[in-house]
Amino acid sequence: MNMLVCVKQVPDTTEIKIDPVKNTLIREGVPSIVNPFDGYALEAAARIKDADPSAKIVVLSMGPEQAKAALKECLAIAADKAYLVSDRAFGGSDTLATSYIISETIKKVEELEGKFDVIFCGKQAIDGDTAQVGPEIAEHLGYPQITYGLEAEVDGDTIKVKKEVEEGVAVVAAKMPAVVTFTKPAWDPRYPTIKRKMAANRAEIPTLSSADLPTIDLAQAGLKGSPTKVKKTFVPQKKSGGVKIKEETAEDSAKKLFELLTEAKVI
Amino acid sequence: MNFHFTADEQDVLDMLHDFCLKEVAPIAAEIDENERFPEETWHKLADMGMMGVAYPEEYGGAGLSYVNYIGVCEELAKHCATTSVMVSAHSSLCCWPISEYGTEEQKQKYLTKLASGEWLGAFGLTEPGAGTDAAMQKTVAEDKGDHWVLNGSKIFITNAGFAHVFVVFAMTDKSLGTKGISAFIVEKDFPGFKVGAHEKKMGIRGSSTCELVFEDCIVPKENLLGELNKGFKIAMTTLDGGRIGIGAQALGIAQAAIDDTVKYTKERIQFGKRISQFQNTQFQLADMQARVDAARLLIYRAAQAKQDHEPYSHLAAMGKLYASEAASDVTRRCLQLIGGYGYTREYPFERYMRDAKITEIYEGTSEVQRMVISGWMGVK
Amino acid sequence: MEAMTKDLWVFVETNEDGTAKNVGLELLTPGKDMAAKQGGALVAVVIGSKVDEAVKAASEHGADKVIVVDGPEYASYTTDAYAIALCALVEKYGPTSMLIGATNNGRDLGPRVSCRLKTGLTADCTGLDIDEESGNVAWTRPAFGGNLMATILCPDHRPQIGTVRPGVFKKSEAGEAKAEIVKEDIHVDAKDIRTQVLELIKEADGENVDLEGADIIVSGGRGVGGPEGFEPVKALADALGGVVGASRAAVDAGWIAHAHQVGQTGKTVGPKLYIACGISGAIQHVAGMSGSDCIVAINKDPEAPIFDIADYGVVGNLFEVLPVLTEEIKKARG
Repeated sequence: MNMLVCVKQVPDTTEIKIDPVKNTLIREGVPSIVNPFDGYALEAAARIKDADPSAKIVVLSMGPEQAKAALKECLAIAADKAYLVSDRAFGGSDTLATSYIISETIKKVEELEGKFDVIFCGKQAIDGDTAQVGPEIAEHLGYPQITYGLEAEVDGDTIKVKKEVEEGVAVVAAKMPAVVTFTKPAWDPRYPTIKRKMAANRAEIPTLSSADLPTIDLAQAGLKGSPTKVKKTFVPQKKSGGVKIKEETAEDSAKKLFELLTEAKVI
Repeated sequence: MNFHFTADEQDVLDMLHDFCLKEVAPIAAEIDENERFPEETWHKLADMGMMGVAYPEEYGGAGLSYVNYIGVCEELAKHCATTSVMVSAHSSLCCWPISEYGTEEQKQKYLTKLASGEWLGAFGLTEPGAGTDAAMQKTVAEDKGDHWVLNGSKIFITNAGFAHVFVVFAMTDKSLGTKGISAFIVEKDFPGFKVGAHEKKMGIRGSSTCELVFEDCIVPKENLLGELNKGFKIAMTTLDGGRIGIGAQALGIAQAAIDDTVKYTKERIQFGKRISQFQNTQFQLADMQARVDAARLLIYRAAQAKQDHEPYSHLAAMGKLYASEAASDVTRRCLQLIGGYGYTREYPFERYMRDAKITEIYEGTSEVQRMVISGWMGVK
Repeated sequence: MEAMTKDLWVFVETNEDGTAKNVGLELLTPGKDMAAKQGGALVAVVIGSKVDEAVKAASEHGADKVIVVDGPEYASYTTDAYAIALCALVEKYGPTSMLIGATNNGRDLGPRVSCRLKTGLTADCTGLDIDEESGNVAWTRPAFGGNLMATILCPDHRPQIGTVRPGVFKKSEAGEAKAEIVKEDIHVDAKDIRTQVLELIKEADGENVDLEGADIIVSGGRGVGGPEGFEPVKALADALGGVVGASRAAVDAGWIAHAHQVGQTGKTVGPKLYIACGISGAIQHVAGMSGSDCIVAINKDPEAPIFDIADYGVVGNLFEVLPVLTEEIKKARG
């Protein structure tokens, strides 16, 4: 069983603040983390490996050199091998260009690591929140996709995925190779171990650039290979606050609220 | 002089910090309230390799430095003092004497399972009549040829309810006083051994503190730890190291109290001002931080000396004395700055104060530390 | 590809009973204006099995034309069948723009289709307009956990596609059904559908977690303090006939399942009434519920940011406020 997990290093969006004067994002001092959804994908792979210790987990990230920190974290948690794809020419890629570069990189990494049976991704990254790169990788590679996965299990040549659907949970199967994207499951991902962490600190992570990826058509990469363009960004307007209720007792406050909601015909 | 952790050491502490935020801090108040031993945290720490940080990898440890281990005790205590003492009693008081005085067979049999965290360890010295005066041991071990028979009891034993392995002290020759004490490795399932009632305590309430009872407890011959009648030295050297861990626990509690107080005083408004704007708040917190930092230097100096195999018992005693008294004082003053909210259980300040107090008592009271220090000074 | 028409398409997702999901009908509202500005028709695309109801609804809610693909292979949603059908339609008709509801299925289908067509897709939009300079669709969406809004254009590729959040736009009043109905016969071979649903496990206790379709949501956050703290939240939701939601803090703490999570990484909701209990109002949460018609916040911290967006804010202990409110509602409803 040969598994690839795609991960992205993202700013911890829970730590992002708005500069009240300039009305822009303050990115300084915001810690970089492994996108939490990618962490769930890694955990799903690790669980498959728990059941089959001969399984291999390779992690791949696209981003600047600093993204190796995220890959090292994955090595400290569960991954056996890590690759970074990084090139100035890839900067500014939208989801279509990104998924194209990643899918071409996957083909290259497969020359070194063997064909992957599954490609696991987080359902979305918490900075862009598009949830598009996973399915687009599947399309580029011509693989079936299962999105919103919670848990995955291998059964012969099939991957069975428990996934979140509106009615509850569905178990969906696809023949491998397949792409699965993961959302937050009921369990927490495992923590790194000291032993793995020390090994990860010393691990060599190969960086692949466009020179290593001759199949990539640079016209389809980076800013110019991206169909979508950002016209502008802005900080959302705060809605002004409404009626504040603070009566003598909580009971009075509750009754007042009930009155106001009834008056406004909300209930 | 270098006051930094190495990059690897810092990585381990960062890893633990993340873990504590998610797994330790959120349950600290609950395990205190319910007097519940955080068994799940022990297993998670074991999975990470945190239960045997400073022991060699071939014996199941993580093979890191002693200073790193002390950093682990401090970090845990910032979030939960109970969890910190669970690790330090296990590692300093049970793993260490086996690692230091055990035979190769004992290390293979016990240390590997303890350092990996599969088993939890405890240490039994204190008796109803032998507290600070540890020489007054009443527990006896009788040589029956192919085994020992232990009779007596131990009290206030940390981790007792969950430990697999206990390092226990008993009189093997009453006529020799402290020179007639020996150490034994006792497993929880040995016939004639049982763990008694759980103590209800002021602080570290999640910690499993119980009595140990030996009624014709049969201990195999090979479970004598170290040489016959050399147990008192094993106990004293073990406690020397244990004190560094307890000092680190005191540091963690004190720092957490300061950090939470800083946060609170920057939010709390009185007289139209944040209370952090009052000079009393500022100066008090500055004094407290300076004191805790001084304690930190003492503790890590002791840890470094132990790591470098230099004499450290006086350094450990100074560190623990200063850090534990700082912790008690700082947590009390922090609670005073917070005021009424600090006295409620909705905030952690009263817990910090209760948890800090024990660091002045266990593994040698402050008075014992003063005896060790003055003895080292030759003041007789 | 080049656009062959100036038409704007709305993909109207269907339920398994052949009715239209709300979000598709909602999107016909902004679609109408945008199609007019683009100088084309508003076309609803309905794929499913026995979808006459959905076709009629699309027609009643403003579509000029409805393209229908009806077949047993579309009875339940599959990425493969729907992508094949939708791509075939796009290639045949060449619309200039397409809106897809940002439901789980919509966000599964959108990237598959846009990637196959090698065009741009903007995810999870909350604002739609036509850019005056270029005449392109101006897609506005939150990023960085809702801290930042971005307006995206897709200038050189057609169709320009976006997924749009449910609840952002309101369905128009149903009018006369007068759309032209075009039936397309597209058959997908079973072998081309590469995923198979083995089992569907409905929520264990029959608990309703259809947050996206809910009119009333009562949500709990960190302030509920534990799993049992959701009891008064649930009691109020039951009294109002609403659904229980939760903030990320409560879900991360393990107090309630992720399916209940409202926010940037959970569900986006737009109910008529949203009651936030013990929720501080982190931007990630607000991003998922600010489209609610009426927001009520109950929080003991008067400085909580949730009060900035609440229509009615109660400063108080939720454990004291909720039971009284629940009682009042029960009394009023007999």
